[in-house]
Amino acid sequence: MSLIATILKQHEAEILNEWLRDMGESTRRTDLISDAALKEQAKRFLRLFQEAAQGNNLADVNGPHWSAVRDMLTDISGSRAQQGFSPGETAMFVFSLKKPLFAQLRRNLAKDTDGLADETWAVTQLLDKLGLYTTEVYQRTRNEIIVRQQQEMLELSTPVIKLWEGILAVPLIGTLDSARTQVVMEALLQQIVSTGSGVAIIDITGVPTVDTLTAQHLLKTVTAARLMGADCIISGIRPQIAQTIVHLGVALGEVVTKASLADAFAQALKRTGQTVVKLGGQ
Amino acid sequence: MHDRLAMTLQDDLTERISQTGAKGVLIDISSLEMVDSFIGRMLGNIAAMSRVMDAETVVVGMQPAVAITLVELGLSLHGVRTALNVEKGMELLRTTISAYDRSGIDAGS
Repeated sequence: MSLIATILKQHEAEILNEWLRDMGESTRRTDLISDAALKEQAKRFLRLFQEAAQGNNLADVNGPHWSAVRDMLTDISGSRAQQGFSPGETAMFVFSLKKPLFAQLRRNLAKDTDGLADETWAVTQLLDKLGLYTTEVYQRTRNEIIVRQQQEMLELSTPVIKLWEGILAVPLIGTLDSARTQVVMEALLQQIVSTGSGVAIIDITGVPTVDTLTAQHLLKTVTAARLMGADCIISGIRPQIAQTIVHLGVALGEVVTKASLADAFAQALKRTGQTVVKLGGQ
Repeated sequence: MHDRLAMTLQDDLTERISQTGAKGVLIDISSLEMVDSFIGRMLGNIAAMSRVMDAETVVVGMQPAVAITLVELGLSLHGVRTALNVEKGMELLRTTISAYDRSGIDAGS
């Protein structure tokens, strides 16, 4: 068994207390984690660290000996990221173990300066790697959150709404690139099937500019809907958009366009053989 | 649906239209999960041939993935009427055919 494993086994309680005390000085964050929970984490880490260190393989942190320690650090990193800890604070959890360990090493190897230097270096390297591992895991978790949020934003920004029996509305907000067009097309076609709608109103009031590429994407969506048997009306054509479309020579073909959603809705009602009647006054 | 089947469909269909004097053709592609440019053109051709034989064609039951593929392939199937399902397709055929009949009578008198 390596020296550090022996030391950990013999002086576990002492090291734990010193570690918790030292941690308090740097970044304890009592607002995010209770003392009891922190003590639990530290104790578990020390135990797993001690078991892994028995294997005498202090250099290869990515090896099988250290998998339990890595798993625990992944756990802590993930949960702390969600709780709001900074990656530095999470890494300090590992780094602050250095002081009590070095103190124990010094006590044990007081007469052997070379041995002390070697062991200190080995432990420093080990804890550095473990600390860096926590930051890597932290980054990975954040990246996953970002990717998931991007996906959600994409879906949220393209809702397909059922306006009336057989009439759908798609209010587009923001720029229309090929990725969003794909999402819009799929969502719209899916809704056409599930609601059995015959008319879809695509409102582009929230689309800031319409260039030839955007127009192409719009026309693709209209064509796809038509292939499924639903007519499309494009509404929300602002004056600037109308000018741009004519100047660019964009060919809208037979696509019906209306200035406002209200006009488009009235048209859609007519097409589905319905009308809005004012009730006779009493 | 492979190519030979599509060609057979073309032959069979035109034959049937002439035999029965049909005025409308309903093509249900709801079990077609994938299309390629050949099938897309086939559908357009069948519709054109039927019209030459005085029959209206309506394609129904196109799946969303198929519609997107056709659009990406640039096959918008102009001149091919579409409807969501068989019921709506039959209704469309009925209104279209009766409109043509009416216009024929008006032109005659």
